[in-house]
Amino acid sequence: MEQINKSPALAYSLSVIVAMLLLIVPWPMPFLIVAPDWVILSLIYWALATPEAAGVGKAWLVGLLVDVLTGQLMGQYAFTYAATVFLCVKQHKRIRNFPIIQQSLVIFLILLFARLLIFWLERIDHQVMPLYFWLPVLTGSIVWPVVYTVLRKVRLS
Amino acid sequence: MALLSIILILLELNSSRLKPLRDVLSVLVYPIQYIVAAPSRLYHNSIDSLGSYQNLVLENKDLKQQHLINNAKLLKFAALEKENIRLRSLLDSSFKLGEQVLVAELMSVNLAPYEHVVVVNKGSQFGVHKGQAVLDDNGIIGQVTKSLPLSAEIILITDPNHAIPVQVNRNGLHTIAIGSGQLNQLSLPFLPNNADIQLGDLLITSGLGGVFPQGYPVAVVESFQPQPDKPFAVIHAKPKAELNTNRELLIVWNNDQVIPLMQPEAPVRVEEPVSAEQIITVEEHGTDQ
Repeated sequence: MEQINKSPALAYSLSVIVAMLLLIVPWPMPFLIVAPDWVILSLIYWALATPEAAGVGKAWLVGLLVDVLTGQLMGQYAFTYAATVFLCVKQHKRIRNFPIIQQSLVIFLILLFARLLIFWLERIDHQVMPLYFWLPVLTGSIVWPVVYTVLRKVRLS
Repeated sequence: MALLSIILILLELNSSRLKPLRDVLSVLVYPIQYIVAAPSRLYHNSIDSLGSYQNLVLENKDLKQQHLINNAKLLKFAALEKENIRLRSLLDSSFKLGEQVLVAELMSVNLAPYEHVVVVNKGSQFGVHKGQAVLDDNGIIGQVTKSLPLSAEIILITDPNHAIPVQVNRNGLHTIAIGSGQLNQLSLPFLPNNADIQLGDLLITSGLGGVFPQGYPVAVVESFQPQPDKPFAVIHAKPKAELNTNRELLIVWNNDQVIPLMQPEAPVRVEEPVSAEQIITVEEHGTDQ
């Protein structure tokens, strides 16, 4: 955390764009339903690593783009991402100091919170959700160490 | 932020005022969809260009034969259609005219895995609009839910949130087919235990909802279990369209113009049976409302 990055904004937008690409890749079937929400993972990382730069407003805008990208109700992901990033920025000092495994557990809870928000917002529109809607929460917390390591490399390089 | 999101959500739920915003943002994110779809597009293009001459000649020959057969069938069909229109005019009932179609190509991107929604590469630029029916060469695929400038989103008939009014081809029984969430299954939850349904019955669109044109095949009944203790039977059907393998789809302009045959209220064309030429011209001018 002590090194100063030359262009955190560039790294931020690049990682978010790559996450968006990963989000809509049509994986073969078993991977499709377990694929984590890459965008929220990278947003959480930036909120924890550079809380002063990665603000709630940016997360909101990214969420709006994801809404349009995935054809959801506009404002659904925007609200969820903004709320999640707000939570992370508030708690970044505590979460940052956890060992990586413990971090994964916290990420699990954060992802669950975010998924719950999406679930409620989708229910406004009377959508029916299958049970595997919740799977990305689990896989998201499992891949968190990987995301953390990769994005840390990107940020410090 | 929260307030802004809530305003956005409420606005979008209750009106179409946010469509311009979504259009602009969708153009912004279109490159992302384009990049993701690129490998599959590249794969199909290279298969096209690397196909051997032998294969192409064979395929061409097959297609020519098929074309000939189809044309012969169409000849008969045209005659039957005209006869149908004439008979209906005798019966004082109206008849919907043929539809216009546009071929669109699937973009291989995944929106939300828990929804059966696909993206095609033709949008409002080509006049595609919300509520249009989408077909392939075997039957109904779904309907357009959002038309964006460069692309359109199509909900498949197997999405659990989609229902399509159908009719059993054999006896005209009306019902509704609801998506099951699996690509190879529809369910028909509203038929009583003694309904006249047999395995292998073809379900066609009934045209009742006003979205899907009448008479296109939707699915074939593949299981029928009466539930003696419940009011409705459990019936499953298999969609005719190849929902997971098709790359080209047809977007249909439902021609709302009903030929004004023998309508006593209509002041202009009362008692004027439509001639064959008129029908053809109307058909060719197929409107996009």
